[in-house]
Amino acid sequence: MFRSAFPSTLFSLSLAGSALLSGCATQPADNSASAAKASGTPLKLLNVSYDPTREFYSDYNKAFAAHYGAKTGQSVAVETSHGGSGKQARSIIDGNEADVVTLALAYDIDSIADQKLLDSNWQSKLPQNSSPYTSTIVFLVRQGNPKQIKDWSDLVKPGVQVITPNPKSSGGARWNYLAAWGYALSQPGGNEAKAKDFVTRLYKNVPVLDSGARGSTTTFVERGVGDVLLAWENEALLAARELGQGKFEIVTPPQSILAEPPVAVVDTVAKKRGTETLAKAYLDYLYTPQGQELAAKHGYRPRDAKITAKYAAQFPKVKLWTLQSRFGDWKSAQKTHFANGGVFDQIYTPGQ
Amino acid sequence: MNDSTSIVAAPRALESEKSRSQNRAAVRRATNEPVGVQIVLIALALAFLGLFLLVPLAVVFAEAFRKGWEVYRASITSPEALAAIKLTLLVAAITLPLNTLFGVAAAWAIAKFRFKGKSVLITLIDLPFAVSPVIAGLIFVLLFGRQGVLGEWLMARDWKIIFAVPGIVLATAFVTFPFVARELIAFMEAQGTEEEEAAMVLGASGWQAFWRVTIPNIKWGLLYGIILCNARAMGEFGAVSVVTGHVARTNTVPLQVELLYGEYQFAAAFAVASILTLVGIVTLVIKRIVEVRAHSQLKAGSG
Repeated sequence: MFRSAFPSTLFSLSLAGSALLSGCATQPADNSASAAKASGTPLKLLNVSYDPTREFYSDYNKAFAAHYGAKTGQSVAVETSHGGSGKQARSIIDGNEADVVTLALAYDIDSIADQKLLDSNWQSKLPQNSSPYTSTIVFLVRQGNPKQIKDWSDLVKPGVQVITPNPKSSGGARWNYLAAWGYALSQPGGNEAKAKDFVTRLYKNVPVLDSGARGSTTTFVERGVGDVLLAWENEALLAARELGQGKFEIVTPPQSILAEPPVAVVDTVAKKRGTETLAKAYLDYLYTPQGQELAAKHGYRPRDAKITAKYAAQFPKVKLWTLQSRFGDWKSAQKTHFANGGVFDQIYTPGQ
Repeated sequence: MNDSTSIVAAPRALESEKSRSQNRAAVRRATNEPVGVQIVLIALALAFLGLFLLVPLAVVFAEAFRKGWEVYRASITSPEALAAIKLTLLVAAITLPLNTLFGVAAAWAIAKFRFKGKSVLITLIDLPFAVSPVIAGLIFVLLFGRQGVLGEWLMARDWKIIFAVPGIVLATAFVTFPFVARELIAFMEAQGTEEEEAAMVLGASGWQAFWRVTIPNIKWGLLYGIILCNARAMGEFGAVSVVTGHVARTNTVPLQVELLYGEYQFAAAFAVASILTLVGIVTLVIKRIVEVRAHSQLKAGSG
């Protein structure tokens, strides 16, 4: 029988390797707040956010850490997690320990509040419905706008391919859907039945439903699928600026929905981890001129009037209406349109 | 590669057999197809191979180096990438010994002994193969999640399983559970129990027979199983994607690739992906060497 020293050497090598690794593994110690303070290591904060905020919060975290460090002498390390808004809310409900949430829409934070992880009146705790910045839904089209898409009504024309994510999992997609529905409602003679028909025709033009806004952008920009992407204004600005100058155009329709992405401290988690003060400071800083300016830079419409004026060129005038004005509140909009068996389930039949 | 070469090799092998038994003049080709058809078929097979295996492989590296070596180097040495590599190695380092230990024990019991419930055990070992990795991840969310069966108990003790490293390890261990066992069961069954029986007759204890006869006999098969297990442990995406918190702390290399892709950092995504691809290629080479050794060991054992 063939024998050699090869396998035994390999085994001892791999054993040595694993010993080394398990040594490394013990190093990143568990950071409870008190231990961190005592040892002077950075205080950790987890912000669970939605898909298109990656670039914004990556900048904001640095700015906030510098600000907080200068003010209190405490160093901070903020981690941010991104994904479809609904999916992210679900992960918190399943035990992902977020100190703060910065999600795409209030309903997703409501569903976390339903689990008693934060107060049900969370939205009244910070100014302006706890939404330090707003956005709206615009169209991203290919250079030269070959299909001449100018308004919502152009989306349902035969032969126009519309890219939007799945409203079941994506917050942005729910804003897209409601913006379209609200547009149809506001037309002369508009009613629920006509709106339903309009949105049905719109989704007939959707060839791909990604699970999050970021996936849809990639589909439209990188894979070159579709004639128009329904997108967050900030996401459209990012795509037009960074992913292909001269390849895309932003079309702002005459009217659209005022999207208010809210933020909140997850009280129970922050309390348990001893990060309440830090978490509050993190969200408060969003409302300061510095925070507002960063938001504007990344394509979010700031609340601060001065910053808004400064970035006026970036945000074209558009007639914005609130969700409350046409749908009541998020709970009922969610129940009517996106719950299982709701209107979206009735109108969207995959593969048709 | 194997498939296409065997298609080409088969007619030749048949030919040589026939030429031995028949008059040379009477030799007929094993297939009747004209040369043109054969060329077309071979060309199709090669084109398919190129399109579905070689082109994607080339694309990974081309994309990874599109912005040059400096960007590549920066991408794979960024703190996030290093954290992902470290976590992936850690997960493999925990998963492999566990699954090896279990795999050897299970294969030994199944191949060398008869007992009640053996077929149930074999079926159970295959369960992770049959179940989609997404389900594997969800199982752990349902068990250890805040609302899960053990959720409150864990929360009360502040033990974090999912959205933390233990969850990633558990999900990976579950998915890679059968690799070593499956490989060894076939290997050990082919070898039979004669050598162990001979050892016992000569006075060896069960323990001695296992260490001195069984283990040396299976080492190449074992190594083969470990290599496959390792490749899967490092490459697993679906199951760990369910239990990750999508932050650097809980991102393995495959998750990091997806994250970077989502952040429009395509060069960085492919740079990190190229590491995984290299692991894959190295795995294939080692696998090939070990396969040959294992085969000869099996032959020597049974011959």
